[in-house]
Amino acid sequence: MSSYERMLLKKNDIMKDALKFDYELFEYPGIGFDYEKLMDHAGFSLDDVKRIQNHQQVGNTPMVELKQLTKYARKFAKKGYGARIFLKDEAMNLSGSFKARRAAMAIYQAKKLGYQGVIAATSGNYGAAVAALAAKNNLKCIIVQECFDSKGIGQPEIIEKARACEAYGAEVVQLSVGPELFYEFLKLLEETKYFNASLYSPYGIMGIETLGEEIHKDILSLCGKAPDVVVCTNAGGGNLTGTARGLKKSGAIHTKIVAASVDLTGLHMASDQDFNKKSFTTGHTGFGIPFTTNPDRSDVPRSAARPLRYMDQYVLVNQGSVFFITQALALLEGMERGPAGNTSLAAAFKLSQSMKEDEIIVVQESEYTGAGKHFNAQIAFAKERGIELKMGDPKEEIPGKNLVFPSSGQMIDVKEIPLDDLRKTYLKRYKDTLLFEEDYEYLSLELNTTLTHVKTLMEANHETKKR
Amino acid sequence: MIKKDTWVEIHKVLLNPHERSEHIPQDTKRVPFEMRIKGRLLNDAEVGDQVEIETETKRIETGILIKANPYYQHDFGTYVEKVRIMKDIILFEMEDHDHE
Repeated sequence: MSSYERMLLKKNDIMKDALKFDYELFEYPGIGFDYEKLMDHAGFSLDDVKRIQNHQQVGNTPMVELKQLTKYARKFAKKGYGARIFLKDEAMNLSGSFKARRAAMAIYQAKKLGYQGVIAATSGNYGAAVAALAAKNNLKCIIVQECFDSKGIGQPEIIEKARACEAYGAEVVQLSVGPELFYEFLKLLEETKYFNASLYSPYGIMGIETLGEEIHKDILSLCGKAPDVVVCTNAGGGNLTGTARGLKKSGAIHTKIVAASVDLTGLHMASDQDFNKKSFTTGHTGFGIPFTTNPDRSDVPRSAARPLRYMDQYVLVNQGSVFFITQALALLEGMERGPAGNTSLAAAFKLSQSMKEDEIIVVQESEYTGAGKHFNAQIAFAKERGIELKMGDPKEEIPGKNLVFPSSGQMIDVKEIPLDDLRKTYLKRYKDTLLFEEDYEYLSLELNTTLTHVKTLMEANHETKKR
Repeated sequence: MIKKDTWVEIHKVLLNPHERSEHIPQDTKRVPFEMRIKGRLLNDAEVGDQVEIETETKRIETGILIKANPYYQHDFGTYVEKVRIMKDIILFEMEDHDHE
């Protein structure tokens, strides 16, 4: 047995020590578990979360109406169409992204339970958020990131994230490409006895519920009604889950929740050679699709991020369009943000055009930009790797081969993934499992559809298998 | 000679190719799983030596010394003409004139 396999055997014990949360309490006899009970067990009400975040200078970010971008989108819409586009400027949070909301809760819990430090496995903004909040709360912090390929070339955005973490006093462990990051993560948890500041614990998700509630309140006070649509950039699913839960808890039950990811179809996330061919390190299909269709693939036994329960639509945009809209946001609104966080903005730009003028579409996050993660840095990096740069129709983009920038704002488009396709993928792993009525009830909650429809989808999977 | 107490970066192979996960693409499986980490050098050494360092959280790590006084070199990237073109398109399309 290799040291890798030996470490994975110890996984459950290490995890229990590093989170002090007993997931077995919520397991049903069959395939399911009690999700709401799991969330309640964490022991925080929405008001508690708000209070904790207020103490940590997190939340209450500005809601900005993007009037110029709305005007731009309306140029391509039918008369009377073109919804008002709003942006929740989450870049104004401590550490520059909405991830501070999640980190605030993880850090609060770590402190309360008496841990000396925290560890998070993340190559993204969450690292900077955990590092910043750990600094503020006098906790030690280790960030483990997948950073460079076998030639030793680091992704510029991830290098920038390492810099930010180090600025906040964290130790950064930089790793080459591969899922064995989890091995090093477990090894560090075992060695240090630090808290696992997982993105997928109940704390990590309830931290975002305040974002959903704020969006509802902001739009109510600015427009006198709830938002019609909220677009969430979707990767691990926590952003969408928390936002949707917060909207619902605050009474915005009719708001449509749209997931948006950058289309990286064809690039393998664990491939050493593909690693530096992508221009986005998050917000893309490489995380979005697998975490939507199999949420429990995360670093905790049961992920609290369960996006299929909440999404009403899932759309993809290409890399070139997100860069285009990132530039438009700076040029037309004076806001230099992103780029990954602008995935939902590119989607909203298109979706707004088929909504009425008096309707409201909210982009629920933005993130800081800077050296390495700036869109010019990413495009120049792609060019150096031999990726072809083209103006034209974004539909012609082939991830890893080229970047196609729209030759007009009119060409920004979305590609819809039917929710039933995602549901069928989710159900595939149960095709040889004997399911009982309570399992189907669980699945109908997980997939946000009727019991009958779950059964129809299961049968459809069997048909495909036979063929 | 790099003096003891210098801030340095080290490199270490964590898993050799044959020790890696079964569930990874071939191109990844062919190469080792590697780590880079920074800290204070515990003894005088040369680049390429096996050394010990004390990291930011006061842990001891071992590895090959690759860099003394590491610094950030990431930037905003070189000039890209397509970025300039996008800028022109956006500003042109926002002007109030009729579109085809």
